[in-house]
Amino acid sequence: MPLLSTQLGCRDRLGAWKARWGIGRMSYLTPPGLYAIGSPGSDDPVIVTANYKMSYDIVRSALHGRNVWILVLETFGINVWCAAGKGTFGTDELIHRIDAAHLTQAVNHRTLLLPILAAPGIAAHEVTRRTGFRVHFATIQATDLPEFLDNGMVTTAAMRELTFTFRERLVLVPVEIVLALKPTIFITALLFLVGTAFNEAAAGFTAAAAFLGAVAAGTIATPLLLPWLPGSSFAVKGATCGMGWGLVWLALAGGDIGVPAGAGTLLALTAVSSFYALNFTGSTPFTSRSGVKKEMRIALPAMIATLVGATLLWLWAAFL
Amino acid sequence: MKDFRYLKNVVTLRLDGKICIGCGRCMEVCPHGVFTIENRKARITDLDACMECGACSKNCAVAAITVAAGVGCALGMINEWLQGLNLPRTGRGC
Ligand code: SF4
Ligand code: SF4
Repeated sequence: MPLLSTQLGCRDRLGAWKARWGIGRMSYLTPPGLYAIGSPGSDDPVIVTANYKMSYDIVRSALHGRNVWILVLETFGINVWCAAGKGTFGTDELIHRIDAAHLTQAVNHRTLLLPILAAPGIAAHEVTRRTGFRVHFATIQATDLPEFLDNGMVTTAAMRELTFTFRERLVLVPVEIVLALKPTIFITALLFLVGTAFNEAAAGFTAAAAFLGAVAAGTIATPLLLPWLPGSSFAVKGATCGMGWGLVWLALAGGDIGVPAGAGTLLALTAVSSFYALNFTGSTPFTSRSGVKKEMRIALPAMIATLVGATLLWLWAAFL
Repeated sequence: MKDFRYLKNVVTLRLDGKICIGCGRCMEVCPHGVFTIENRKARITDLDACMECGACSKNCAVAAITVAAGVGCALGMINEWLQGLNLPRTGRGC
């Protein structure tokens, strides 16, 4: 039985950081199977987690100094929450790992502790029916596990409540940036070239900066300012940030471009930020699919209309 | 999560009180406190907080809960729509 070290070294932190940025994601896997922290016996608890390096590192360090079993499921390097949604952290995989690890020989009891966020993938009654193991959805955060274990395995209301703090949103920002990277580089380069061709390098530079700022408004400012932005729609929240940036840009760089071009730019920046903000719904833990669908049905046509309007205003400014 | 509310009156979550046996599982697995148990029956007390993750319906042994579960991801949906129109997909999803 492999013994797990519970100290997270610097390399692990670097690994976590690299995984966030999508660098070498596949090399951050922990092989699935049964692991021991400390020297667990046949009565010690079994905690189930994903083979996503960060999920598993957090569990490992939270349980430092204890004797517990950790059953790692094969989720292909994806975290518990996403894997449960995709079905890889699922009933069949759990049952398969229980068998493959000969868990019934390692422990006498028949209780498994699972993260609450695994529930979308795990049908607890199915697992019990097919293996005899009772599934106990313990906590949302692995960091609450010590308190949960010390409390006689009672889940408090706080352990069951999902949070979405500033810090939690901050660590998602890199993911948003990586997702937006390719089209952003392309469009920025294009704007720079078009601006330079029509005018001069300085114009190309300010055009590219305007766009980059709008992307940042949607991918960085909107997630961070989320609870303080007006409305419940992400498209509206993003539009607010985009318009704010547009006004800043006009004040700083838009000095003599005239009213039509200025209005067009403001519209375009609002639409760009709104689009990226809408994308952030995929990373939040409280947006329903039906809600996103409804929002998109209204927001996408509105964004396209806004961009068409912006283009007409620019053409007006350029040729009339 | 009380600081975050998404759109109202959109979620597909339904509970059939007649079938429910009051086991409390749904309340245990829901990360948004949508359910309460009263008189040995589950009740939806905060419908708009539901994010349609499907944890409750998956874990209701008597299938008293239905919800169209899925990730609310804009890029993924754009891709689904493009696919429906037989157009090429835009890069990666969620
Ligand atoms: S899980 Fe199903 S049976 Fe149990 S309380 Fe909830 S709705 Fe009722
Ligand atoms: S689908 Fe998820 S968020 Fe909605 S009620 Fe069920 S468990 Fe709660």
